[in-house]
Amino acid sequence: MHREFLMGNEAMAVGALAAGVNVVAGYPGTPSTEVLETVAKRRGEGVYVEWSVNEKAALEVAAGAAYAGARALVTMKQVGLNVASDPLMSLSYIGVKGGMVVLVADDPGPISSQTEQDTRTFAAYAKLPVLDPSSPSEAYAMMGEAFDLSEELGCPVIVRPTTRVDHGYEDVEVADPDEWRVNEPEGFVRDPSCWVIFPALSVRAHAAIEKRDALLAARLSGYARNTVRQTAGSAARPRLGIATHGISATYVTENLSDKDDVRVLRIATPYPFPEPLAAEFLDGLDEVLCVEELDPVIERALVAACGRRGLSVTIRGKLTGDIQPSGENTVESVGEVLDRFLGREAADESEAPGISPRAVPQPRSGEDCLSTGNCPAPPTLPVRPPVLCAGCPHRASFYAVKRAMRGRKTLFCGDIGCYTLGNAKPLDMVDTCLCMGAGVNIAQGVTHVETDTVAFAFVGDSTFFASGITGVVNAIYNQANMTLVVLDNSTTAMTGHQPHPGTGRTMMGQVVEKVSIERVLLAIGLTVVETVDPLDHERAVETVRRVADEPGVKAIIFRSPCVVLARPDARSVVDAEKCVGCQRCVRELGCPALVPDAATGKVRIDAAQCTGCTLCEQICPTSAISGGERL
Amino acid sequence: MSENAMSTDIILAGVGGQGAVLASKLLARAAMGRGLPVKTAETIGMAQRGGSVFSHVRLGEDSSSPLIGRGRADAIVAFEPAEAVRQLSFLRPGGRVVTSDAPVVPVSAATGGPAYDLPAIMSYLHERVGEKNLAVVDAAAAEAELGTARVLNVVLLGAAARAGALGPVTLDDLAAAVRATVSPRFLDLDLRALSIGDSPQFT
Repeated sequence: MHREFLMGNEAMAVGALAAGVNVVAGYPGTPSTEVLETVAKRRGEGVYVEWSVNEKAALEVAAGAAYAGARALVTMKQVGLNVASDPLMSLSYIGVKGGMVVLVADDPGPISSQTEQDTRTFAAYAKLPVLDPSSPSEAYAMMGEAFDLSEELGCPVIVRPTTRVDHGYEDVEVADPDEWRVNEPEGFVRDPSCWVIFPALSVRAHAAIEKRDALLAARLSGYARNTVRQTAGSAARPRLGIATHGISATYVTENLSDKDDVRVLRIATPYPFPEPLAAEFLDGLDEVLCVEELDPVIERALVAACGRRGLSVTIRGKLTGDIQPSGENTVESVGEVLDRFLGREAADESEAPGISPRAVPQPRSGEDCLSTGNCPAPPTLPVRPPVLCAGCPHRASFYAVKRAMRGRKTLFCGDIGCYTLGNAKPLDMVDTCLCMGAGVNIAQGVTHVETDTVAFAFVGDSTFFASGITGVVNAIYNQANMTLVVLDNSTTAMTGHQPHPGTGRTMMGQVVEKVSIERVLLAIGLTVVETVDPLDHERAVETVRRVADEPGVKAIIFRSPCVVLARPDARSVVDAEKCVGCQRCVRELGCPALVPDAATGKVRIDAAQCTGCTLCEQICPTSAISGGERL
Repeated sequence: MSENAMSTDIILAGVGGQGAVLASKLLARAAMGRGLPVKTAETIGMAQRGGSVFSHVRLGEDSSSPLIGRGRADAIVAFEPAEAVRQLSFLRPGGRVVTSDAPVVPVSAATGGPAYDLPAIMSYLHERVGEKNLAVVDAAAAEAELGTARVLNVVLLGAAARAGALGPVTLDDLAAAVRATVSPRFLDLDLRALSIGDSPQFT
């Protein structure tokens, strides 16, 4: 064993390797991405790892490996589980032979996601055990425990960290590579009565699952990570209890002291819920506060336990309005509800000090204004929504379509990736965004209603492979009239530049034949498929004008590499003599490297951000900008 | 170790792309070199595309959560002045702020969003933090001396150590962390970035 400073996601990857994982598959998605990347970086010879085209493929690959007796891990973010839910629901009935862990990262807030869905709820729906870690160290240990449990029960086990565990770092004690378990799979043993799902099998399997989960509730009450403890200052029988989980458990700990008189239940296995342990916790309590993020899973389980056992305990939490129903908990949000619940005076130092604005600033002294209780009103701060990087080719693609379609009735369907940021002003080029691959179908639906709209669907290269292709087939088959715009920067940029089928690289380090987007589209039956460099602005605009007016389904592929990967050396500069301060570049492009001078109105280029993409050079009416170089 | 009994909570703040995550790793490694347990929480994801980013760094035994509560941070180290102000509600009374004086003006300020009022931001920092707890680093001077703005994160860490804002972590600890993590190509630059804090003036 040795200690390492690891991100939660890295810790879980090392935990899986230490548990002898043989096959790892996944699809990138914040906050889960680093798990698979770390496996790829640190794996031993015998471990197979891949970025699959999407979560459904990844889960099925992992399931196949587990059918063959391997220990298999599949990784994804919470919305990825929606994509993988079809195989997962059936796999719950079929089961596995080798241990299989489904690692799903939830994102309270949400910080980088479309939804605040709770995988604990999904686990109950799928009738699969789920482990909920509170820290990187615990997440590390849970990986091995999850594999053991999965193998013993013969079903997949879900591990679901949240963002603060995934992206928190701490000192973790981990096994040395020579201590890693070696797992030698037996191979697939043919048995249609076991591996082929039919109603008769499902009837048996469902009954067995219900029986198993009822027994598990009792057994997991003895799992060492499900705990009941009392604060040091507790009476023998406190009347108040707190039930919590995951990262929120650490916020509770931060806000309790020896003076508090309270019993704390921490749930590490929200499904099956360890009700016998919960009953011990509830014994003698009058009131319980459930401190949870996302769904009130523990709260509902405790309400049910009280009902079943005839206990007279008031259960508070999200359902009673005591805990915020949505959004991320914080150290101070938990502190405030604990102050109220425990009847504590709000501690001075734990509260943000009250600041009363005053009109006239006082002369400065060495002290801060809080000490005199006399602070000025805080200034209005600039807002920083995330934006496309300086030099990003997506900016050029959106701008070309915008200019080509000026004055036309249009619909711009977006999708999931960096290019969702094309919604920001001044581009303002995303009318819809729903989920991976949705844009191409949404565009068809709208034009069935509005036949005079010129419809575009923007999709990134990775998203195209993940779930865009079926939408294009649907469009061709059903005689849609729309333009598909593939924004091909030859990487999965948003999640940190993972390879995909179009890049010709795999996570095993092989260089392979690239899957050609053009040839896929032609094979589907499109006859107009044009590839153009979006940074060749006039040509890009002309291409859009021409292609958009073709009948039926047609495609434009805007191909230019992600600047974060390409790191061009060229820089553009503004000739201040020629710049007339019209700020057309700033108003039209919104590039973060273009900085207008407040006094003169002339534009300066921030060399630290500029990549010399030349887009601003091409649209400057006085040709005042030069020096860039198109990739 | 007696210093382990006390914990130091530090917030690093900046704009996506300024190297907050890297700075937090350096600081964590420096503290670990001292035998201190460390927890950090990072901003990773969409906000890294030019959004406001922060890292919470907790040094010492006393921490359970990776996040610091509002009003509880001992110090804020900011690579950008508006981001220092944005995180001020986390600072405890009497806490320290070390910030760069160079604004990163967002696109939104030029396209209809709130303007970037640098004088108001600097004046508020002086009032709210107090002269004796505020150190302002002259980013232009640092850039001129180093020939690049890309190691501003390391310059600020050095200035923070010098201002006593990093608890037990010293400049030597940071230098050791730089040596252990930075690639040989940038090692000299990063070490100079740490040490030039003596030359840029603190206003």
